[in-house]
Amino acid sequence: MPYVVKRTGFYALVVFIVLFSIFPFYYAILTSLKSGTALFQVNYLPVDFSLSNYEGVLSNGVFPTNILNSVIVAVVVVAISLFLAVTAAYALSRINFAGRGLLLLTILAVSMFPQIAVLAGLFEMVRWAGVYNTLFSLIFAYMIFTLPFTVWVLTTFMRDLPIEIEEAAIVDGASPFTIVMRVFLPLMWPALVTTGLLAFIAAWNEFLFALTFVSNNSTRTVPVAIALLSGASEQEIPWGTIMAASVIVTVPLIVLVLIFQRKIISGLTAGGVKG
Amino acid sequence: MANLKLAKVKKAYGSVEVLHGIDLDIRAGEFVVFVGPSGCGKSTLLRVIAGLEDITGGTLEIGGRVVNSLTPKQRGIAMVFQSYALYPHMTVYDNMAFGLTLEKGKPKSEIDAKVREAARILQIEPYLDRLPKALSGGQRQRVAIGRAITRDPQVFLFDEPLSNLDAALRVQTRIEIARLHEKMAGTTMIYVTHDQVEAMTLADRIVVLNKGHVEQVGGPMELYNSPDNLFVAKFLGSPSMNILPARIESVGAATRVVPEGGSPVDLPIAAVGTVAGGAGHLGIRPEDLSLTDEANPPFRGTVVLTESLGEVTLVYVDIGRADEPFVAKLPGEVSIPRGSQIGLTARPQSMRLFDEAGQAVRPQVRRAA
Repeated sequence: MPYVVKRTGFYALVVFIVLFSIFPFYYAILTSLKSGTALFQVNYLPVDFSLSNYEGVLSNGVFPTNILNSVIVAVVVVAISLFLAVTAAYALSRINFAGRGLLLLTILAVSMFPQIAVLAGLFEMVRWAGVYNTLFSLIFAYMIFTLPFTVWVLTTFMRDLPIEIEEAAIVDGASPFTIVMRVFLPLMWPALVTTGLLAFIAAWNEFLFALTFVSNNSTRTVPVAIALLSGASEQEIPWGTIMAASVIVTVPLIVLVLIFQRKIISGLTAGGVKG
Repeated sequence: MANLKLAKVKKAYGSVEVLHGIDLDIRAGEFVVFVGPSGCGKSTLLRVIAGLEDITGGTLEIGGRVVNSLTPKQRGIAMVFQSYALYPHMTVYDNMAFGLTLEKGKPKSEIDAKVREAARILQIEPYLDRLPKALSGGQRQRVAIGRAITRDPQVFLFDEPLSNLDAALRVQTRIEIARLHEKMAGTTMIYVTHDQVEAMTLADRIVVLNKGHVEQVGGPMELYNSPDNLFVAKFLGSPSMNILPARIESVGAATRVVPEGGSPVDLPIAAVGTVAGGAGHLGIRPEDLSLTDEANPPFRGTVVLTESLGEVTLVYVDIGRADEPFVAKLPGEVSIPRGSQIGLTARPQSMRLFDEAGQAVRPQVRRAA
């Protein structure tokens, strides 16, 4: 009896959690497929199937550009973050130098500032560097929150790679850069994919900096573009279009996670050293 | 072909010195084994030679060239690690070729020839396309050796390469390493182990290390038959040599010694530098002891334990020294009930005398020779 109760309780909880996390997205899809006044009726099952909202948002002049902007920003942020983080992680995990612990803590501390606290200062820097209203401002600003965790995760991961493999490479005559690129990198796939994905999502979803550092409609990224979507009149909020746009920008993330979850394999180092 | 010359080589981590000035000459083509208990500095010394650890003091020459500040590659060494340290994401072939591909302008055909030659020597040709994880421990270690061979090193370093293998494989791989040394006659090999059987069977010369010092350097039999001091005497041989505190009764053409727990023995040693009445240690190898029926044997005691190993039987005898049993290694199967009284004897020539400080007292003839 208690076993049945426990089992039922467990699955009830699972169902609740799944519903709780899936429902908003489900409702967004549902809404995006409605049109006209159907938008304001509460339905939990699809009653209407119209792609007009999608057509609307994609034919809206700048929205495809906004998607492209988001892709550029997120991809560049991920690429630069991973490159810097991998090289930094090698130094921080494998080279003994004075102040290493302090440096690691400082890197972590950077990620503790609330975005709003650095916003004003960062705005001045962006203006000063002359990148205001360009995608560079966003790429630069997003590093502030992607680098600390990529560096930390990769440092921890690299520290656990067997030291003998590195020494074998040193004896083989490999330079530190060769070791990182040809020996460590292939072993770090799981960590790279995980951190890269997190960095991508963070850059993709970011709103505050994107709103502040870019004022031009065609330079905006999608989170801001969606928020600023407006209807025919001031009073109308175009829920259908907003939901369609939201679904469109969520799909790439889901696809990425599905593709890369296969890459996140454990035990990639198996066989190189004993055990 | 390269010889090694270590002069006062020191290694310290911070203020802790782990190698206290090692002097050592290794001839080209020689197979030298570093042996010692864990923590004696043997692996550190190997890593210092490899260039994986900086030298704190002294000089290291390889082939007449001071290499203190050169990289492992510039030193012309190759190393086999205890844990194999293969690159897990590369095939066996790529593992062995990796070092060569880093040399700029090396033609692919030459690399290929070298890898295949190494694979042939080590009989790992069928596995060239496999990943390390699809290999057994012995095969992995052979790949690691192969990776070292392809680079044509001047000095080949082994860091306890057999300790992760099971007993049968260990013997087999040991024989393969001995064979490899024959094939690569010009290559100097340095081998670190804590296993004295590996040391005795493989080495041209053994270096016994203890607490960062060299205790003795010599051929396996030289060390076994004529240990310089108590440490070497106890370290080589299994079970280790019985050491009895002894009093030196008279000196002269022969030395009369009274060991604790035994009767006086006359050693055919004209012990120079010892005085009558002085203290010392008498060492007797278990395998030199034999049973005796004589009424007044040199050693007599109660059997506390026997271990039959098939070809030999180990007999632990209480000769009145409570904590340290006296061990005899008797050939064949000997059945002696526990608790029985037995007498043991050994030829005086086979006994070793050490002075109070633990240094060997050698017969004068040997010293002259």
